[in-house]
Amino acid sequence: MKKIFQLAVIVILGIIPIGVNAQCKGFAKKICKVELNPYIHDGNYHAAILTVGEEAELYKTFYSATDYRISVCGTDNLGDIEFKIIDADRNVIYTNKSQQFSRIWDFRLESSQQLKITVKVPAVEGVTGDIPGGCVAIMFGFKEK
Amino acid sequence: MGKKILSPLPVTAAALFLIAVMFSGCGSDKKKKAGENIGLDSTEISQDLIEDIGQAKKIFYSLPSPLETAMLIKNAGATYNEQLLNPISNASKYTTNKTRALNLGIYTTDLSFASLFDQTQTSIDYMNAAKQMANGLGILDAIDNNTIERLEENINNRDVIMDIISETFMNSSSTLTETARPALASIVLVGGWIEGLYIATSLVGDAPIKDNMLVSRIVDQKLSFDIVLKLLDDNKDNTDVAELIKEINNLKATFDKITITSSKITAVPDEESNVTILKSQTQVNITQDIFRELSAKVSALRTNFIS
Repeated sequence: MKKIFQLAVIVILGIIPIGVNAQCKGFAKKICKVELNPYIHDGNYHAAILTVGEEAELYKTFYSATDYRISVCGTDNLGDIEFKIIDADRNVIYTNKSQQFSRIWDFRLESSQQLKITVKVPAVEGVTGDIPGGCVAIMFGFKEK
Repeated sequence: MGKKILSPLPVTAAALFLIAVMFSGCGSDKKKKAGENIGLDSTEISQDLIEDIGQAKKIFYSLPSPLETAMLIKNAGATYNEQLLNPISNASKYTTNKTRALNLGIYTTDLSFASLFDQTQTSIDYMNAAKQMANGLGILDAIDNNTIERLEENINNRDVIMDIISETFMNSSSTLTETARPALASIVLVGGWIEGLYIATSLVGDAPIKDNMLVSRIVDQKLSFDIVLKLLDDNKDNTDVAELIKEINNLKATFDKITITSSKITAVPDEESNVTILKSQTQVNITQDIFRELSAKVSALRTNFIS
């Protein structure tokens, strides 16, 4: 009986992360991807479960003369998600903090560049107790000429 | 009560839970400490980058997707040449996880290329070939019969086709990652990236490289090659990835011969269109011989991948 119980716990614990990540994909598809419209989603998927104060980084090459939209969104329990675009010399070239935490940003480059995107779940003042965790997704769209 | 908490079951379960979490991230990512070397020169780290030192971070390395690759090739003025695609008759040859993952990426790039040039029947054929690779990898839901039917029903609707391709690619890579196979997801991306490089270099052929937009796009891949290496390095414990790193490292010496220097980026928002222009200038140095060398290496690599 004890072994059956142990086996059941093991199976359940093995399934939980897959379930959580599947929910993350569902969230990214239903919420984040929609915000790319009218841009075409490139098909790449970057999402993670983050808690307050945690940060994620993404490295990507963006090509000249291409219209891009970045969409960064998080589940409601996380509040506003902060993201920055940083160049190879570590200059912050955009932050959504100065744009009321806008979830999208449209841009075009004159020359191709590798950029870094940092995404952070800011701490909320006055919130105590368990640190909430939720899904954060970063997606990209482009326009066809 | 205290004894129950300390009993082997919670300890075992907790360990298994941690193992399961570690192997089931969303996307091709890996947790690292903020202070670890992530390919950046630590002597240049700015205040912005050190403010969160000590916190765990998730790192993503994003390669151009097959759809973005095909779009870049088309926007550079390329013409369509079906002879360059990996024949669908090859699909039955791929029986290992590595060859199936590589060719899922390759067939998806071919599918994207054909679709952007409105090659309707070829698009359907290549979606079927991609489905065969996905099925072989056990990700049956990524591309199912409904996907093929939707593609057939909307074959003259470019927007819907693009949406179907991006969704199937997202389903494939996310399902691989969810099922604790991020290494295979990285191989799919690299397969698609090499196919794009192969199509682009083949289309240029022996044409002069000066003022050639397609050559500019190929040179830009030096920036993505850096990301390819980091992405694979994150999964190097996988034997297929370790093998792929050795194969793809052959390109490094040639990419190293190409120099790209950029001026500082200035962001200029256009209030009317709401699009920010990132202004900068780039100086590129590549010779016809270096281009020829790169083309030959890419061709050899791609031949190896589709054999």
